[in-house]
Amino acid sequence: MENAIVHEAVLVIRDLCKSFGTNKVLNHFNLDLYKGENLVVLGKSGSGKSVLIKCIIGLMKPEDGSITIFGQDVLTLEHEDLDRLRMKIGFLFQSNALYDSMTVRENLVFPLRRHWLKKDMSRVKTDELVLEALYNVGLEHTVDMMPIELSGGMRKRIALARTLILKPEIILYDEPTTGLDPITGKEIIQLMIDIQKKYQTSSVIISHDLQCVSMAADRVVMLIDGVCYATGTYADLRKSIDPKVKLFFD
Amino acid sequence: MKTPSYLQQFFEETGDISRFAARFFKEGFKPRYEFGELVRQAFFIGYKSLPLVGITAFIMGLVLTIQSRPTLVEFGAESWLPRMVSVSLVREIAPMITALIAAGKIGSSIGAELGSMKVTEQIDAMEVSGTNPFKFLVVTRILAATLMLPILSLWSNAIALYGAYLGANIKGIVSWSLYWSQVFQAISYSDFIPSLIKTFFFGFAIGVIGCYKGYNSKKGTEGVGNSANSAVVVSSLTIFVIDLIAVQITDLLGLT
Repeated sequence: MENAIVHEAVLVIRDLCKSFGTNKVLNHFNLDLYKGENLVVLGKSGSGKSVLIKCIIGLMKPEDGSITIFGQDVLTLEHEDLDRLRMKIGFLFQSNALYDSMTVRENLVFPLRRHWLKKDMSRVKTDELVLEALYNVGLEHTVDMMPIELSGGMRKRIALARTLILKPEIILYDEPTTGLDPITGKEIIQLMIDIQKKYQTSSVIISHDLQCVSMAADRVVMLIDGVCYATGTYADLRKSIDPKVKLFFD
Repeated sequence: MKTPSYLQQFFEETGDISRFAARFFKEGFKPRYEFGELVRQAFFIGYKSLPLVGITAFIMGLVLTIQSRPTLVEFGAESWLPRMVSVSLVREIAPMITALIAAGKIGSSIGAELGSMKVTEQIDAMEVSGTNPFKFLVVTRILAATLMLPILSLWSNAIALYGAYLGANIKGIVSWSLYWSQVFQAISYSDFIPSLIKTFFFGFAIGVIGCYKGYNSKKGTEGVGNSANSAVVVSSLTIFVIDLIAVQITDLLGLT
């Protein structure tokens, strides 16, 4: 992976702490995401990767620390301001989270409702954006289908299309290849890379899938025991002699 | 003395439901309003419940009349049948049956739908996309249930009275016009209005409890089932409690 990375941090996390009862899943965790970078957060199941990504988007409140996105502290923002900031951030859920009572079109249109309410987007423009997002994931023909009629890989693509519809500057991927066969997983990763190149987005990818890490990562952060245990390129970490890091790659 | 755990759990849940209801009032009347979703929910909760409520009400009217007849005949008061049945139906039976059917149909459906949305992260997805899920999912459902229950109750009254008319004609002969003139002579506004008012509260309770149970569903499919189940149980019980309070208030106001 070689992206045009600008050393301007778009996401800065400092001393993030989050615990569930006595279990400290994030313990003074630090992270920087640079513009145009694909950053993979690697860690074993239950290590707090999904908690981290949910704290970033404001779905979970950490006990301590700060999360700054485009210079705005997510944890101190009012709800309206947070909503405005969220429009610059896409989130691909592990379970896809497609609205199963809505068609593909309605799923994609849903994030645009705020624009409708502000009356700064016509229905024609909406249709164009829906078709463009579906074109990007190669599923224009599914526009009037229900999510239940789609395969797992197609659902993941539609979820990705919904994430893309607002042209986010940062995309957060929560285990994008979980539940997919290796071939479909590879296709999704390739799609993520193509999208990154096309729209120059910055991405945080939560994963424990080494294929995903090797293909997509510009930089890898290893989340072990609630801290940023190691960081570097995939090749760097693969050569590491640290037993905790080696455990992942052996 | 330590409070028993089941009692503590009961009070905690009552407190949580009250806070949830308070949030409805806090957020429900502030813009942005979700009119489209409100209409959609009103259609599902109201229109889609008409057949079930209608059939149940019809059978209740018919059966009540058939079962009341022998006792009235024994006292030589057969001619009072339409009056007695209509007052029972309008005051108590039709609103209660409607509310209980709605608790089963609407309460479980709201609980299961929101529960399933919660465990599949659809509610989180709404929040991330800049839509307030409480307003979009909860406020619309509570409002729709509150507004549709009185309409369903009116429908239920009409169908039950028609069932009662057929019931009165199974073993006796009562003309259409005589039956309705007796019914309207027997029913006064003090019978009708309090029973209509309490259906708003029934609808509100069904909406709040269904939404609360679904919105706070625990992870997993078992949690969705539990949400649907407890939405029905708790809202049915709440309906009886509201009815009891409504009867006491009506009594205090001298409307009995």
